[in-house]
Amino acid sequence: MSVLVNKDSKIVVQGFTGNEGTFHATQMIEFGTQVVGGVTPGKGGQKHLDLPVFNTVADAVKQTGADVSIIFVPPAFAADAIMEAAEAGIGVIVCITEGIPTKDMIQVKEYLRDKKARLVGPNCPGVITAGEAKVGIMPGFVFKKGRIGIVSKSGTLTYEAADQVVKAGLGVSTAIGIGGDPIIGTTTREAVELFMNDNETDAIVMIGEIGGSMEAEAARWIKQNGTKPVIGFIAGQTAPPGRRMGHAGAIVGGADDTAAAKMKIMRECGIHVVDSPAIIGQTVASVLNVPA
Amino acid sequence: MNIHEYQAKEVLKRYGVAIQEGILAHSAEEAVEAAKKITEQTGTQWWVIKAQVHAGGRGKGGGIKLAKTLDEVRDLSSQIIGMNLVTKQTGAEGKQVHMVLVSQDVFYPGASEPKEFYMSVLLNRSTGRNIIMYSTEGGMDIEEVAEKTPHLIFKEEIDPKAGLMPFQARKVAFNLGLSGNAYKEMVRFVTNLYTAYEQTDSSMFEINPVLKTSDDKIIAVDAKVNLDENALYRHQDLYAYRDIREEDPTEVEAGKYNLNYVKLDGNVGCMVNGAGLAMATMDMIKLSGGEPANFLDVGGTADAKRVEEAFRIILKDDNVKAILVNIFGGIVRCDRVAQGIVDAYKNIGNIHVPIIVRLQGTNAEIAKKLIDESGLEVLSAIELQEAAMKVKSVLA
Repeated sequence: MSVLVNKDSKIVVQGFTGNEGTFHATQMIEFGTQVVGGVTPGKGGQKHLDLPVFNTVADAVKQTGADVSIIFVPPAFAADAIMEAAEAGIGVIVCITEGIPTKDMIQVKEYLRDKKARLVGPNCPGVITAGEAKVGIMPGFVFKKGRIGIVSKSGTLTYEAADQVVKAGLGVSTAIGIGGDPIIGTTTREAVELFMNDNETDAIVMIGEIGGSMEAEAARWIKQNGTKPVIGFIAGQTAPPGRRMGHAGAIVGGADDTAAAKMKIMRECGIHVVDSPAIIGQTVASVLNVPA
Repeated sequence: MNIHEYQAKEVLKRYGVAIQEGILAHSAEEAVEAAKKITEQTGTQWWVIKAQVHAGGRGKGGGIKLAKTLDEVRDLSSQIIGMNLVTKQTGAEGKQVHMVLVSQDVFYPGASEPKEFYMSVLLNRSTGRNIIMYSTEGGMDIEEVAEKTPHLIFKEEIDPKAGLMPFQARKVAFNLGLSGNAYKEMVRFVTNLYTAYEQTDSSMFEINPVLKTSDDKIIAVDAKVNLDENALYRHQDLYAYRDIREEDPTEVEAGKYNLNYVKLDGNVGCMVNGAGLAMATMDMIKLSGGEPANFLDVGGTADAKRVEEAFRIILKDDNVKAILVNIFGGIVRCDRVAQGIVDAYKNIGNIHVPIIVRLQGTNAEIAKKLIDESGLEVLSAIELQEAAMKVKSVLA
């Protein structure tokens, strides 16, 4: 078993022929991901990277059996791309695009309510199952195969955590970048739940940041239902209130969404919270009693 | 993006939301003319002079004054225009006031007592839906109300498919204890307010207070509007409301280079790729005994030009005593970034603060060698913990 994507996943790339789509699709294929084609409206019938291009996601699904999509469409059109993928029956939709208007995402969230599709992102690095499939923009080589699951709101901080976990003598099962926007598809809690149910994951690294209440919700769920150790970090302990720290969702709005408040509730719920991002790997090792 | 009160009221008025009327003035003379005009339009006998800056708490800071004569309008306006207004939201350095909104007095006597309410529209991040939050306790700090009397705060969540429904608007008016004409006015006020919020792609509206006047009108006396920056591409008219005088000049300059920079008041500058890692790096600086001087995300392409621009931005801050560069090179190769740092360093010339460069990821070893052999006064590191120790040592 694996989480969200594996070696059998068939990936369709939306925004396939653009610069980003081309670059990252190439990287994904080099990693060994089964990319089966792409969608660029108006370019259906062409070939790109030796793969078929389709006008619609529905066509791609019909012709290739694609079950996962990754979106590199510009922000103004990305919400539409997500809904198109859901309508076409795609099971896992990974949206990389940063800068989608919140109003569009409110609509997407509503649209997905009665669809079977699971959305990851937007504004995220994607999902990688080590040794099997990379559906994202992360550097694949960092994610050596192992049994630690990672869920994170951030890109490079995820790579940092994965690198530390690997250097601590462990490895990664799957890493899910859930994204840093105010409205995202898969929440921290849902990602944690996926890992708790995954028999290839022994422990979970949960990385959050200021803003919103997802980490607190995940922590409460873990306290009730957790069966595996969770190591946590919250970025933004030094962020001033009311200022947006890069990510659209990374803003302290009140007393409950500060790093300190989140770390407190996570600790109360039994999560091993680290203050410094430099000791994530060694903490995972010590929690699992693995000699460093 | 934040906008001024007078701009926010222009927006509200466009959507049929009743407001406290006012005219913008840049000088005491303009203020007197504005006062005369407002009296012609509304019949007001007194005027409220309101400093226009992007910060709350203006009243307590001395930025909002009542004038009872035209002489007082002139005197108070000349005091407020040009003043350095310090409120709890501006920080100790305060904000320069460039203009005032000369407004009608809305607390005039009449058949009933005026009553102040609170109303805001914002996103409920947990449900992914907008909510209207409102309270009978207007004109005060809503966080205080939430703490002391949480039962006096009400919420209406909006179904994105149906929008704000009439029964919800009626519920708001009833919960606020209104009847008669004031009730009807409130229903219209809430309905139009929500339409304005939606159609302008706003991320927050806060109207505090919403006033029921002594003659049962419902009006917005203050208006705070925050626009979704990701949606500004479809609102060129609203983008024109940007007032860069309200922003930190270094942040404005960083924006020109597409660098995501936020100025803070610490002593260790940092340059990082990725927002999450940037925040984490700030936290690490603090744990190493320093205070972060900024947030700075250089983005995915940390080439020589961007690195140089980022260094120049960070060095504008005299409080900076050391700089930590933290790059996790994934698809960007570390040796390229290292070369960029060396080139940028040489181009800038006299960098007088110690620099710690931590490069991890693709070709990290080659990058470290490149830095170490450059002959520059730069400390290198590969592991994050190592970088933290080096920050500690240069601050000691």
